[in-house]
Formats: sequence, C-alpha cells, structure tokens
Amino acid sequence: MSYEHIDILEEDFWVLKNITSTFQKTIDARVVVLIDRSGQPIVSCGETENIDILAFSSLVAADYAATSHLAGLIGENAFATLHHQGMENNIFIQIIEDKFILAIIFKSHTPLGRVKVEALRTKENLSEIFIKITKKIEEDKTAAFPTEDVEIDNFLEDFFEDLH
Amino acid sequence: MSVINYASREINCKIVYYGPGLGGKTTNLKKIYEKVNPSHRGELISLATDMDRTLFFDFVPVDLGTIRGFKTRFHLYTVPGQVYYNASRKLILRGVDGVIFVADSQIERLEDNIESIRNLIENLKEYNLKLGETPFVIQYNKRDLPNIAPMNQLEKLLNPLKVPSFEAVASEGIGVFSTLKEISKLVLKKLSQ
Ligand SMILES: Nc1nc2c(ncn2[C@@H]2O[C@H](COP(=O)(O)OP(=O)(O)O)[C@@H](O)[C@H]2O)c(=O)[nH]1
Ligand SMILES: [Mg+2]
Repeated sequence: MSYEHIDILEEDFWVLKNITSTFQKTIDARVVVLIDRSGQPIVSCGETENIDILAFSSLVAADYAATSHLAGLIGENAFATLHHQGMENNIFIQIIEDKFILAIIFKSHTPLGRVKVEALRTKENLSEIFIKITKKIEEDKTAAFPTEDVEIDNFLEDFFEDLH
Repeated sequence: MSVINYASREINCKIVYYGPGLGGKTTNLKKIYEKVNPSHRGELISLATDMDRTLFFDFVPVDLGTIRGFKTRFHLYTVPGQVYYNASRKLILRGVDGVIFVADSQIERLEDNIESIRNLIENLKEYNLKLGETPFVIQYNKRDLPNIAPMNQLEKLLNPLKVPSFEAVASEGIGVFSTLKEISKLVLKKLSQ
C-alpha cells in the first residue's frame, strides 16, 4: 500500500464511524480516535469535546513513530500495540495495516485484557475497510479535488488579508 | 499526506518547516500561533528540551477556512535542526504535503544550510519523494542581522530549483505569513491538479 493522499468517501466514512463508535460503546471508552500515521485524525467518538483531538492525534502518531524506531533498534519489526498507564486514565494504541492507528482513552478500572481483545476485533473490521479505500485510491488517479486556480488565490487572500 | 474526507467535508494537509538548528523554524510557528485568531488555530505543542531547543517537533493546526464547501486545515510541523536528531527529522516527514526551508542568512551558517538541504533530499527519498516534485519554498531568515550573505549568493547556493523564496525576520513576524501563504497555494494547487 502506498499513496500520496487518502480520500475518505461518504460511504466509507460512515462504516468507519460505525465500527469505531460500536467499539467505543462496547468497552465504555472515554474516547476512540482513528488516526492516519502522519498524525491526522480520521474519525473520533466518545467525549471528544474534553480532549484536544488534533494535538492528541499528532502526539499519538509521533509516539508510534518513535517506538517503531525503538523496535528497529532492538531487532523487532514494530510494536503492534502500545499501552500507557495513568492514575485514572489509560491509553491503548493498536496499529492497523501499518498505516493507521486506533487510539483508545479508557478509565483505569476497565480491564486491559478486555480492551485488547475488543481492539483486535475492531482492527480486523477496520482493516477490511482500509484495504478497500486504498484500492479505490490506487485505481482512481483522477483529480480528487478539482478547483480553479483563481478560486484558491481568492480563498487564500481572504485568510491572509490581515496577517502580516 | 493530504486527507480529504468527503463525509465531514474536510481537507487536511501537512506542512513541515525544515532547516538548520537555530534558523528560526520554531519562531515561525510561534508567530503564527500568536497572530492567527484562536478560532482559526489549535494549541501549539512543543516537544523541546529545557533549553528551548526542539527535541522532536513543534505542531500547530491552522484552519484556513472553507473552499468549495470543504473546511481546509493545515497541520504545521517543525523538525529539530541539530544534526544528531536525524531519526526524528525523518519521522516527521512522513506524509508531508509541502516543505518550507528556513535558511539562516548569516554567513557563518552557509555550510549548515547546504548540509540541511542535502539531508532533506536524503530523508525525502525514504518516502519516495523528490524535492522537485514536492511543493517547496525557501525562507531566508534573520535578514535583520549585520553578518548576512547577500540574497543572490543565497539563491545561487540554496535555490537551484528556483522555487519561490522570501526574505524574513521571523522574530519580528516579517515574512512569516507570505511564506506560509505561498506554500498553501502550491499545496492546494497540487491537490486540485
Ligand atoms: N535576529 C534574529 N533572530 C531570530 C530570527 N528568527 C529567530 N531568531 C532567533 O533565533 C533563535 C533560534 O530560533 P528558533 O526558532 O528556536 O530556531 P529553530 O532551531 O530553527 O527552531 C531564537 O533565539 C530566535 O529568537 C530573526 O529573524 N532575527
Ligand atoms: Mg526549533
């Protein structure tokens, strides 16, 4: 799988969202976020209003990137999961198809074993969808986002107008 | 890597500020964070040492507004410049859509700039990317200092590709937004090709 950008079509998005939010409810997680390895959130659910999802996603991706290199240093290919334990909240990270990251914030009283089992099950469901999405991107090389140059120019003028 | 989400109608792109240590990359991000209306940007994350040197990266997301019904968000990252942090630099380039090279204009930093561009080209290879095919702009920073190289010399040494370039005094906010605007333009135009 290799690509320069990813298009999430409406139908795929809702499938991803459904899988993710079913998972979140099943284990009663605080938040579940599906993140692209470069650090961009794709789907999030749970009490997302209490967490800075953009910062969280970029740090999870960096965390995973750094630990992958650690794995390399000790002769491992990668770590498929990561776990961070706090006083009241834990974070569990599950890698999907080497390209996406499922990050879960859950209460410390939730048994880790349960989170792991459900995360693995969810990973398998999500993998299927991601493989489909990647295939679509590879087959369809046409412009993802047709826009006129002047439209882009005007759009940027608006934003940068007062910024010097 | 740009992510276009047709359901939530969002475009997300990743911009990386690259360049030698102490050139002014973090300063660019701080100015953007300061000046952009808080409703159009997220929090600035800095993974730095006690001495305020970038250890891993700085990050700030900026919402540019809506184009063709799509909310457009740029994720801005800096890399640590010190030579020995190359592993971190490489990681941050994953999925990059556009690169801003922040050069230090001081004469004594000429070699460091050249070395850093070479390193950028090397690290992009890791992701099968070529500098000439990636949206790329150069910012010549610290134009306020007395011991700086003239622009034509810098252009000759650092800009053989003749990409758009800008003079800047990032610590005063000068040139910060013209640079960001240009890379935004290149990235969005590439996306719409
Ligand atoms: N004189 C001058 N100093 C600058 C300018 N831009 C940044 N600096 C200073 O250079 C130092 C290094 O900047 P920083 O942004 O941390 O560099 P980075 O390593 O590329 O992230 C800081 O002390 C800045 O205040 C500039 O345009 N002129
Ligand atoms: Mg820095």
